[in-house]
Amino acid sequence: MAISFESALGIHEQAVYVRSQRAEVLANNIANADTPNFKARDMDFKAILQGKESQMQMGQLELAKTKSGHSEGLVNPDFAAEMMYRIPSQPSIDGNTVDVQTEMARYTENALDYQASFQFLDKKFKGLKSAIKGE
Amino acid sequence: MSLSNIFDIAGSAMSAQTVRLNTTASNMANADSVSSSYGETYRARKAVFELGRQNEMQPGVPLGTQAGQGVEVAGIVESDAPLRQEYNPNHPMANEDGYVFYPNVNVVEEMADMISASRSFQINAEIMNTAKQMTQRALTLGQG
Repeated sequence: MAISFESALGIHEQAVYVRSQRAEVLANNIANADTPNFKARDMDFKAILQGKESQMQMGQLELAKTKSGHSEGLVNPDFAAEMMYRIPSQPSIDGNTVDVQTEMARYTENALDYQASFQFLDKKFKGLKSAIKGE
Repeated sequence: MSLSNIFDIAGSAMSAQTVRLNTTASNMANADSVSSSYGETYRARKAVFELGRQNEMQPGVPLGTQAGQGVEVAGIVESDAPLRQEYNPNHPMANEDGYVFYPNVNVVEEMADMISASRSFQINAEIMNTAKQMTQRALTLGQG
């Protein structure tokens, strides 16, 4: 029986990827904390994961692309569809909606979630390894 | 891997905050530079931030849909606040009417700006550190 990496690793590989993407978005929010008119953004992790899950269950479900410029659909590698703007808790004079403290909390939380997802992925590999060795 | 983008983003923020800190240092250093004419007097400088240029980070990805672009300094502007003039005929730099001109540097504002810039710098250094840990962890995949 051949081992398919796709089915052996499950959702964790995608989860690690989405976590690292989200880390980038949050880092960008914090980097632009002093930029006038910058709007803080985030992605809906749950929606993305559900999208990935349904994509895996239904096989490769893709939108028909009739022109070269067409996008790949909702589960896009750059998560354009899932990127949303944050609703600010306090208005600011320069139009910036970054709240550094909460962004920092989210960033740290996301880093921990990344570690957890990574741990799962790592365990999957360890399982595969011991299966191959027959220990 | 997108984690490496975080280094660019946090790095751009740290360099932008350094520029801001530099302008603050320049303003504070020149807070008392007197001059005898209106045009020659030092004016407070402020760095203007803008969202980093998008095409440099991830070429090929459409505008506005990228995860992160970082920040960059669009330019440095001089403050339009009125200069402080003082009637002091005995001052060696006084003009023929007896006035000396002081820069429009608000020391309290500059101090607040300095603290804000150094805080932001610290936070972005922290972001970079966390990203470093995440990357190091990713490198250990499947080991041991």
